[in-house]
Amino acid sequence: MSNDIRYLTPINIDIKKDKYCRFKKTGIKFIDYKDASFLLKLVNEQGKILPRRLTGTSAKYQIRVNKAIKRARHLAILPYVGDMLK
Amino acid sequence: MNSYETVFILTPVLSDDQAKEAVQKFESAITASGAEIKHSENWGLRKLAYPIQKKSTGFYYLIEFQGEGTVIADYELMMKRDERVLRFLTVKMDVDHVTYAERRRTKNKIASN
Repeated sequence: MSNDIRYLTPINIDIKKDKYCRFKKTGIKFIDYKDASFLLKLVNEQGKILPRRLTGTSAKYQIRVNKAIKRARHLAILPYVGDMLK
Repeated sequence: MNSYETVFILTPVLSDDQAKEAVQKFESAITASGAEIKHSENWGLRKLAYPIQKKSTGFYYLIEFQGEGTVIADYELMMKRDERVLRFLTVKMDVDHVTYAERRRTKNKIASN
């Protein structure tokens, strides 16, 4: 008797994708607070800033991302609290 | 000499002429104190992401200028006192920001032609 567990469908094991900093890779040096469509990539659908853990942004650029998003919020380009932004 | 950039929002209740006059007032205040305006831009009537003073739209304007930092306090006070201005933000531009702004300007020029 074998104790092997058999699955009907192969279970999904997350293959770890290598994260990278999009700013380092593409050579973006300045993050524009006026560009709402770009900043939307860096927030979740409630308008919260996505953590480095998820986006892979390097520390240097995460600081700049945070600054840009906060400036955009002040100018009503991005909402402070949103819903269904995406 | 530094480069600065100001974005401000005017109330949507103004007519085009009134808005133009308000912008001119701020521009002349900047030039009067010895700074040089590099670029100014009108984004037109835009929807705000959240209501400010119970208004859901506003006229956005962008002014880029070069001058001493002492210029800013004066005209920011002017904006604060002006009831037509809903919001403003002045940012000091570093080297990357300046090159980005130049590239953006040329791109906009091509797009408009």
